[in-house]
Amino acid sequence: MQASNLREHTLSVLVENRPGVLSRVASLFSRRGFNIESIVVGTTEDRRYSRMTIVVIGDEAEVEQVSKQLHKVIDVIKVSELSAQEMVERELALIKVAADRSNRSEILQIVDIFRASVIDVSDRSLVIEVTGDTDKVKAMVDLLRPFGIKELVRTGRVAMTRGPRGVTAEPERQRGGLQAVSG
Amino acid sequence: MSAIELAVQGSGRKPAPARMTGAQALVECLKAEGVEYIFGIPGGAVLPLYDALYGSELRTVLCRHEQGAAHMADGYARATGRPGVVLATSGPGATNLVTGLATAYMDSIPLVAITGNVSRALIGRDAFQEADITGITLPITKHNFLVRSAKELPWAIKAAFHIATTGRPGPVLIDIPKDVGTEEFNFTYPETVDLPGYKPTYKGHIRQILEAARAIMNAKRPLLYVGGGAISSGAHQEVRALAEKCDLPVTMTLMGLGAFPGDHPQSLGMLGMHGTAYANYAVQNCDVLIAVGARFDDRVTGNLKTFAPKVEQIIHIDIDPAEIGKNVVAHVPIVGDCRAVLQVLLEKVKEKRHPEWWQQIDEWRREYPLQYRKVEGAIHPQAVCEAIYEVTNGEAIITTDVGQHQMWAAQYYKVKYPRHFISSGGLGTMGFGFPAGVGAKLARPDREVFVVSGDGSFQMNIQELATAADLNVGVKVVILNNLYLGMVRQWQEFFYGRRYADSYLGTPDFVTIAKGYGVKGILVTKPEEVKPALEEARAHDGPVVIDVRVEPEENCFPMVPAGGSNSEMLGPKGWME
Repeated sequence: MQASNLREHTLSVLVENRPGVLSRVASLFSRRGFNIESIVVGTTEDRRYSRMTIVVIGDEAEVEQVSKQLHKVIDVIKVSELSAQEMVERELALIKVAADRSNRSEILQIVDIFRASVIDVSDRSLVIEVTGDTDKVKAMVDLLRPFGIKELVRTGRVAMTRGPRGVTAEPERQRGGLQAVSG
Repeated sequence: MSAIELAVQGSGRKPAPARMTGAQALVECLKAEGVEYIFGIPGGAVLPLYDALYGSELRTVLCRHEQGAAHMADGYARATGRPGVVLATSGPGATNLVTGLATAYMDSIPLVAITGNVSRALIGRDAFQEADITGITLPITKHNFLVRSAKELPWAIKAAFHIATTGRPGPVLIDIPKDVGTEEFNFTYPETVDLPGYKPTYKGHIRQILEAARAIMNAKRPLLYVGGGAISSGAHQEVRALAEKCDLPVTMTLMGLGAFPGDHPQSLGMLGMHGTAYANYAVQNCDVLIAVGARFDDRVTGNLKTFAPKVEQIIHIDIDPAEIGKNVVAHVPIVGDCRAVLQVLLEKVKEKRHPEWWQQIDEWRREYPLQYRKVEGAIHPQAVCEAIYEVTNGEAIITTDVGQHQMWAAQYYKVKYPRHFISSGGLGTMGFGFPAGVGAKLARPDREVFVVSGDGSFQMNIQELATAADLNVGVKVVILNNLYLGMVRQWQEFFYGRRYADSYLGTPDFVTIAKGYGVKGILVTKPEEVKPALEEARAHDGPVVIDVRVEPEENCFPMVPAGGSNSEMLGPKGWME
């Protein structure tokens, strides 16, 4: 396998909202030796279903095999690979930075530039919330590192296709326009 | 009218709900699914289920170990194509099923396993005989359910049978807490279940089928490579029709044996590690390879880099999209049911002959036949397999355990019909053959069933002699007893400098053991005794164990060393050309 063919792939996976679904998907990845970069699970517009956004690193063939194996899980309804051009993705990070009177304003400037926000202040720390794509979060973390990061929590990436179409349970042909997102 | 009759599916009229317990509902569900036998062992957590089964028309088969029960259900399923049902209690009962489930999963066998669990309030508290069996069996079942209330039960059972038997078949486990069995509710059995995430594709894409037809028509050296999927989809007639119409040589995987008659002139027998030399040469020289319900397993392909080097087109027909492109790149992938796809494909191809290709194959057949070195006075295990074929005229169902004897049976018993060769292919489970044979014989009382086993394998589920004796199940067990874990010994001989670490077993007195269980036993120590013993076993009404003392250090040839190329085979006279 050529290392150069390896890249990130974002999979949007619609699953039945049942106990054990996450372990079925997670066990599949470990069983088949696929690596998960990040995985986010949450409810959807329809409470019968949950959505997982999974970022994996692999070559085309590997990711195709991942998608096919995911499809075989009975509780998995739909697997879509979202291409970088056709999707928007975001992640959220909470960053606890060591901050006192001497450097607080400098940190606040960085927060401003990144359109992040401060959600907790104490005499020795700040908790900063930043939302954006992975590069932005990384850039912010790098800038804050010299001040001393005490704790970092990231959500992992969520993604969605651009435009009116969505990854929903309805078959393609019945789906049209904005119905997809209205649920 | 009983509550039970009310619940049975009527002609169009909606069945009225009937008040009953979860356990009674389970019985109704199994009856509605047409279940004939339930293989299992009772225990604390399944007492409500067994109590409901007691006196019902469903027949329970009391096994002596849950693994045996799982393999019996598996053998039943392989012999009929109908789902096998196995029932075990919580904790150790359930964990004892694990090997049986994994065996069925690897070979895509429809199985429904029902386990009891501790009562709902005790789940997660490390209660007595509690095991997280849905968690444990997650990677070895097609799907599983933990039933959380009696009213979920009918749906879960319906879904389990649906999932187990459709698409690529496989085992499904249903875990039922003890108090779900005793809970009362209003029972109706759903006629269908809707699983939005499960819609198998049966019809192949017509454009791909046309592409396949074109490739077959243009082929100079085509080869049909048939796997277990052809048997599970019932495609044996279509396989034969296609082979005959287009003059295709046919090779089969271990799982595919019987999908095409082994005694047909176009059969090359099995391919792969212990396949025939001519089948492997055909693979290495073909230009179009047509894979039908086969998955390019490592025991078939050997080294993938050197597998089928002259192939121009691989046509891969499989119902499971994940199999296509998993191990080899398919030029013409066709996702669909083998039988449905072949039916369409048959209409799209024309008659064709390949005299030159056959000339080449026949030359390989002459030069490299299946053969073994014959020693005067010794019983050769291959000869025993040939003898079983001769005395039964190839009409018997053969089940095998795993090891050398399994390969010899596959090589020397030319299976004529589908579902007549039952063997643990994927997982390679020693201890499978005998219980599977019991299940197969119960499923097909009209057929003779011979279990070809080894002295190592047979002892891994020998306790099921009690089950066979109880029900007087007429399975005939032929132990090719070489005093060794024979395949292990063979590998140690070739690859570990004859250091026979723990492969020598010696032998117990199988005849006495059989007698202890009330089963007829026959000891065979001379070549001339083989056929009379087989005949004596056939004539006996009931199970028989024949202990055949074969040549201890016989090797299984041809052999492609693991990871080697299919064209580099060891034969009885050393490396083949």
